[in-house]
Amino acid sequence: MSQLSSGRILRYNFAERVIHWIAGVTYVYELLTGLAFYSPHLFWIAVLLGGGPTSRYWHPWIGLLFSAVLFRMLRIWSSDMRITGADRAWQKAMGRYIRNEDEGLPPIDRFNIGQKYFFWVMLYAGIVLLVTGVALWFPERIPWNLRSLRYAAVLLHVSAALITIGAFIIHVYMGTAMVRGGFTSIIRGEVSPAWAKMHHRLWYNRVTGAQPARR
Amino acid sequence: MSNGTLQIKAISGHAGTVPGHDASRDYDVCKLVDVTTCIGCKACEVACLEWNGYPFRETVFDNTYQTMPDLAWNYYNLIRFNEHVATDGTLSWLMRKDQCMHCADPGCLRACPADGAIVQYANGIVDFQQEYCIGCQYCVTGCPFNIPKFNAETKKVHKCTLCSDRVGVGLEPACIKACPTGCLHFGSKDDMKDLADRRAQQLREHTSHTSAGVYDPAGVGGTHVIYVLHDINNPEAYGGLPANPRVPWTVRFWKGPLKWLGNLAMIGGLIGVTLHYLRFGPKQVKEDQPQEGGRI
Repeated sequence: MSQLSSGRILRYNFAERVIHWIAGVTYVYELLTGLAFYSPHLFWIAVLLGGGPTSRYWHPWIGLLFSAVLFRMLRIWSSDMRITGADRAWQKAMGRYIRNEDEGLPPIDRFNIGQKYFFWVMLYAGIVLLVTGVALWFPERIPWNLRSLRYAAVLLHVSAALITIGAFIIHVYMGTAMVRGGFTSIIRGEVSPAWAKMHHRLWYNRVTGAQPARR
Repeated sequence: MSNGTLQIKAISGHAGTVPGHDASRDYDVCKLVDVTTCIGCKACEVACLEWNGYPFRETVFDNTYQTMPDLAWNYYNLIRFNEHVATDGTLSWLMRKDQCMHCADPGCLRACPADGAIVQYANGIVDFQQEYCIGCQYCVTGCPFNIPKFNAETKKVHKCTLCSDRVGVGLEPACIKACPTGCLHFGSKDDMKDLADRRAQQLREHTSHTSAGVYDPAGVGGTHVIYVLHDINNPEAYGGLPANPRVPWTVRFWKGPLKWLGNLAMIGGLIGVTLHYLRFGPKQVKEDQPQEGGRI
């Protein structure tokens, strides 16, 4: 049972929080060093992080760690991240969510469809980044007559990275500034019952046993 | 190879202008390789190693003259031996001195993200500055001639410097010095083009090589190493000389439009979430119990 003695509800257990923050820290490192290699105007970031060669040395290794964490997240969250009929009903009313008119929104389970899309975007973009990243790591291992793979890799790597950056901006904004209580939940793991009822009614019902989940 | 005596024209990964650009004039230099008079003696390879101070590499023997399989980070210059059977059944033994072509539009420099790791001098030499190289090998992907080679130990990429350290003090490249047949020439691009054109014309008019021509590919803006070939229509026969080399379109797109699209998207995203906050503000939860909802 996820209800804590304090009356608050456990939203993310310790393992989930650790995994999230390993992903967060490794992603931010990849983002910063990647941006340094992306634009000459941002190359100073690489200098701040220990210099160009150091940034370039660690970027693929930290990338491997990020990928491993992504696959771990897939294992622990894949059932929670499945998109359901409740999500689709919620998505139809998403304009209300954006305008902070949350009262009329259909009830949803543990994650809303935006969070689910964020998860799947990061996972699939992460797979593209991993595969193309390995190609960029060892370009000379790709035979010259298959060089189109090298060319595809540079383009796909930066395209996938830009997609994750877009998703990441929204994720950080919503997790810190927009959805109050969300940041606390991924730090301490707890939310208030009111928070759970407002944002994730079906999940609240399920974990507290308040009434049978309508699913 | 760092060199202070040459005027710089372009710098890789560099935000802003090129310092000192156009402060003085310099003429385009050019190496001419007349493959029709190359005898495959490899004296240019030895001279290159001597000048650059690299040890001789281990050789391989595969029943051909190709005792070095490929260029390497410490082997800038390689004769490629090719046996070519023409359509009329005649066999020709083609030898081509392979090295960096010093493109006017260098794909390596375009692809390089490290400030100053690749420079193009006003005289056309494209030079790697290993002290600024970060070892990303994007130049390997950007090069249409498969030239830059990575040293996995030092994490630096190397290639032919066109002896920028010699040219900068008025000497010709080491390979030119060593060539015993006069198949290598060095001078201004105009002079070398003129010499090459006259040689190709001579071949067309006085030998059976009626399609002899000069290889100075326009797709990369011309090169500062040019070849006289027996058959200008079949450069691939000379060990993978591309017929129409270009900087890969994905590299041009990545370093051009995609950069602007990406910048717009990222800045647009930041502006978007800021405007959302200003317009709608945070989502507050009305607590039904007397406890704090959103505090750490």
